[in-house]
Amino acid sequence: MGIVFGFLAGLLFGVGLIVAGMSDPAKVLNFLDVFGSFDPSLAFVMGGAAITTFVGYRLVWLREKPLLFSDFQIPRRSDIDSDLVIGAAAFGVGWGIGGFCPGPAWTALPLSAPGTLVFLPAMLAGMALATVMKDRKTGLASSS
Amino acid sequence: MPIEIATPFTPIASTIGGIMIGLSAVLVMALFGRIAGISGITTGALPMRRDDWSWRFAFVAGLIAAPLLVQAVTGSPVVQTVPGNLAAMALAGLFVGFGTVKGAGCTSGHGVCGLARLSGRSLAAVTIFMATAFATVFILRHIL
Repeated sequence: MGIVFGFLAGLLFGVGLIVAGMSDPAKVLNFLDVFGSFDPSLAFVMGGAAITTFVGYRLVWLREKPLLFSDFQIPRRSDIDSDLVIGAAAFGVGWGIGGFCPGPAWTALPLSAPGTLVFLPAMLAGMALATVMKDRKTGLASSS
Repeated sequence: MPIEIATPFTPIASTIGGIMIGLSAVLVMALFGRIAGISGITTGALPMRRDDWSWRFAFVAGLIAAPLLVQAVTGSPVVQTVPGNLAAMALAGLFVGFGTVKGAGCTSGHGVCGLARLSGRSLAAVTIFMATAFATVFILRHIL
């Protein structure tokens, strides 16, 4: 059940990315190029997605628990720590170079452009590196 | 190095695509009670780190299947222009992967879902990654 609905949710997300034009790194990079070939479309994607999610979340949260799992797991942190700042800054640099964030990178996979086939494994390596570093940090914190 | 081809401004298609992305995020909250952040879904999609990995694995499969579905339905290929500088794409992938895990979110987790939750932490992350992305594109396209 979870696998079927997980797949359908991913499919809906991916089709949304394609309809929105966000599967095309050129369009994303043009959003970021305000002083060049600026294309403001990405702002409409973010707006449409965030407003839909804002309303939808509030309807969903009227329930005690989600349909398939036993609890809502919602981030509760509100501190702005150095990991958040450094991580977000690094992500923005990579996004500005390649025009891919994680969702569109997955969606691009079957279209198999050479740039995608290099980007995706590098992204997974970067994720693995940060995960190992985080684990080491929490390991040190709990042992001291 | 960057591809500077103009892309058409598509406010209507981009808003519709954004709404689909939002609906997917709402679906994930309604079914699983989880945030639909693609970086978190990617790192949680393997069985060694989490018990509830299978829906995430299926979600990623859905993302990958999306362009195949769109191509089958429309009968025309999904058009994208991926930067062809492979060294730059490897660097971009590393930064995106490392940054999204270290900063605990990407365009979907902090952008769509975080803003919809009115999270100050996510707003800070979005502001930072947008700023470094704009700066990166400006430097690559207008200074170097």
